[in-house]
Amino acid sequence: MYTILKKEISGFLSSMVAYVTIIFFLVITGLFLWVFPDSSILDYGYAGLDSLFYIAPYVFMFLIPAITMRSFAEEKKEGTFELLSTSPITDWQIILGKFGAGLLLVVFALIPTIVYYYSVYELGATPGNLDSGAVTGSYIGLLLLGAAFTAIGIFSSSITNNQIVAFIIAVFLCFIAFNGFESISSIASLGTLSSALINLGINAHYQSVSRGVLDTRDLIYFLSFAAVFLAATKTVLSARKW
Amino acid sequence: MSVIVEQLTKQYQHQTAVNSISFEAHPGRIMGFLGPNGAGKSTTMKMLTGFIPPSSGKASVCGFDIVEQSLEVRKHIGYLPEHNPLYLEMYVKESLAFTAAMHKLKNPTKRIAEVIEMVGLNVEQHKKIGQLSKGYRQRVGLAQAIIHDPQVLILDEPTTGLDPNQLAEIRGLIKNIGKEKTVIFSTHIMQEVEAICDQVVIINKGLIVANDNTSNLKNLLSGGFTFYVEFDNSVSEEQLMTIESVNAVQQVNNHEWKLSSTADIRKQVFDFAKSNDLALLSSKQEESSLEDIFRNLTQ
Repeated sequence: MYTILKKEISGFLSSMVAYVTIIFFLVITGLFLWVFPDSSILDYGYAGLDSLFYIAPYVFMFLIPAITMRSFAEEKKEGTFELLSTSPITDWQIILGKFGAGLLLVVFALIPTIVYYYSVYELGATPGNLDSGAVTGSYIGLLLLGAAFTAIGIFSSSITNNQIVAFIIAVFLCFIAFNGFESISSIASLGTLSSALINLGINAHYQSVSRGVLDTRDLIYFLSFAAVFLAATKTVLSARKW
Repeated sequence: MSVIVEQLTKQYQHQTAVNSISFEAHPGRIMGFLGPNGAGKSTTMKMLTGFIPPSSGKASVCGFDIVEQSLEVRKHIGYLPEHNPLYLEMYVKESLAFTAAMHKLKNPTKRIAEVIEMVGLNVEQHKKIGQLSKGYRQRVGLAQAIIHDPQVLILDEPTTGLDPNQLAEIRGLIKNIGKEKTVIFSTHIMQEVEAICDQVVIINKGLIVANDNTSNLKNLLSGGFTFYVEFDNSVSEEQLMTIESVNAVQQVNNHEWKLSSTADIRKQVFDFAKSNDLALLSSKQEESSLEDIFRNLTQ
């Protein structure tokens, strides 16, 4: 697993994916946080990172599928998947290696945003007047969200050998998982079903974690969400054996 | 330490790619796997390496079942798939290091240097694989297949796209490895089989049509001898037919004839020329080649 992870990371580095991803993420969030007047902290008047945590899921929605779209699609297209799967490692090791590499890249994109936190921390009317608990919670939320999206991306990549198709499917699934359930639940006639639907979506759990309270229910939700998609990936990969 | 295949079958929805084939391959004997395109060679190799499972039948590699103990099998096998897939964006050494790590080798740096030497990649070892020519990519694939010193080496058309020099080198390498290890390799090139294989399995439409020693196979199926001869003067077909054991005569050129016979007729032809006052300008005898055998069996 570690071997695959290392290979994927060096693939990200040599193909520029890593640099582009991190820079793109920082530029977008930086613009929203400091420059665009509608969401800028400087105009907002409160020392908080809310707009970062509001915009980040939507950036991830496009960025993570872009990171993961190669993972299996390219291996299948180039035939190198045959090399991998005839090596003495299990399918799970391949999947977890690729998942881990994607998630690690997400973490590396998030780390520099600590600078934003520090800036806001110092910029407060009284320095340090910032809800650090909520910020920590939000970071954990983003990480869990990143894990869920990465799992979706890996799965999408495994069902096709075309990267573009993998990307589009992943973006679509991420959007449905994050926002879709909530939007559907607002259909008036659903009645009591609507709250259950909201809870199926990622956003409800993300919001809950962002408040700074790490509820085990939310944690289990995110972990099982990722696990379901990784298990689906495993099923797709095994399908060659049917 | 050998490969045993028993009634292995691969059934796809509308066709049977491999139909109940059985054979054995042993260390020290290089096995050539022959057959026209689409005969089921690659499918058989994919089953042996655990990439796809058989529909029925059994096979074992080094005593491990290919389905039940796939992981063990994969540890003992070196595999070069058809079309030689490689990570083109990796450097040669990086790619070898990756394969070495997959096999958890103890001293990868030393072993990588060894295989680079073995396959003759010295000059190109600092390049990206994407920059290499086809012959060198083939060597990288081969290096990956042998890096963990596998007991069984399965090579799917390892010599396609190589120039004659590279061909000779790679064949030499395969022959060397085959001295101690079990080697199964598929090819279309008959001379290659004659040059390096001890055993030949010919497969057609999923069925084994021949499985024997290279020399046995040639004797068993040889349709006789072909003799090309050129005289200095004209001679008639009837006259030539009088030569002992000649069963067909065909005029190639003015004074050049192709004689088919059931036995060695070198001496008879010479006597014939002498008694008819003809000078023998050239003569060449050919045994029927594996190529003929292959065509006979697979058409």
